[in-house]
Amino acid sequence: MTTPIPGQTLDDQLDPLTLAERWMADGRKVAVATVIETWGSAPRPVGSHLVIDADGNFSGSVSGGCVEGAVISEAAEVISSGEPKMLEFGVADETAWQVGLSCGGKIQVYLERIV
Amino acid sequence: MDLQLLTQLNAARRNRQAAILLTDLGDGGSRLILKGDPVTGDLGTAVAKAFLSARSGIVEADGQRLFLNVHVPSPRMVIIGAVHISQALAPMAQMAGFDVRVIDPRTAFATPARFSDVDLVADWPEDALEDQPIDAFTALVAVTHDPKIDDWPLTSALNAEAFYVGALGSRKTHGRRVERLTAAGLDARQIGRIAAPIGLDIGAQSPAEIAVAILAQVIAALRRPTDPAQEQPSSPAAGSPVR
Repeated sequence: MTTPIPGQTLDDQLDPLTLAERWMADGRKVAVATVIETWGSAPRPVGSHLVIDADGNFSGSVSGGCVEGAVISEAAEVISSGEPKMLEFGVADETAWQVGLSCGGKIQVYLERIV
Repeated sequence: MDLQLLTQLNAARRNRQAAILLTDLGDGGSRLILKGDPVTGDLGTAVAKAFLSARSGIVEADGQRLFLNVHVPSPRMVIIGAVHISQALAPMAQMAGFDVRVIDPRTAFATPARFSDVDLVADWPEDALEDQPIDAFTALVAVTHDPKIDDWPLTSALNAEAFYVGALGSRKTHGRRVERLTAAGLDARQIGRIAAPIGLDIGAQSPAEIAVAILAQVIAALRRPTDPAQEQPSSPAAGSPVR
């Protein structure tokens, strides 16, 4: 929803959905991750997007950087299979620190390929 | 998601048209609903509610589990006065997602050199806003403290129920402004909506700091709107700096 700022052409200045459309036009394979539900304190609101291409380039965010890595690796599979996936992240135990939300919240992320 | 849907959604967003992207979490199917499209049944009720609240979320409708991602137009910020504060405020507000327009009839101030990457109009507000009237999704920031320039857009913003109306000026300046606006027929509730002195009280001194204080106040008005019926005329906090 951000207005592209004239003179700034960095990909990050585009909102994820506009960038996804541009990537598709460039012939890249693209997956979109969307926060569909949150519990407790979650860093990004429901509806937030992260877009990922087949090479692992990404833009946007579904958390404050806590679980993006995991979403990006799942995206590779979604891009190759074409099957959407539901991902859930939260702090359940100490091991969750690796791909969890340190803020203690829980989020559900829907990951799908653009076809 | 279908590429054609994504293209249609992005087009709607560019045209400032409210839209919902609906995803069936059961089968992964999706469709685009534009505001005003007829939708019946349980889903129609859920869609109407989602547009009203502008909140995305999961709904159960007609036996299906659906995710409604609501896209409403991005807020606008109209800045009256191409002054030093505006030079800092305009890029900050753009970064925060606002569509910004800076207006000043004084051509000495409104120069592209001072505002290189901003929609700048060197004209009187009444003419500069003809193509883009102030609406409820607009924040009006008046920083010339010249009644000839500020009063018309302030009146226009208050009548349009703009989500934020702020005006620069000392309490004395604002006192005279209140008298003029009252004489012009605005009521106490409307005039009480004007944030004056403008900006959150964070002790801001430099133009850039004042810009931060203004932007923070605008964001608060956007994200934590108060019930207009309960809104009280604002009284400046004691000890706040006079701007």
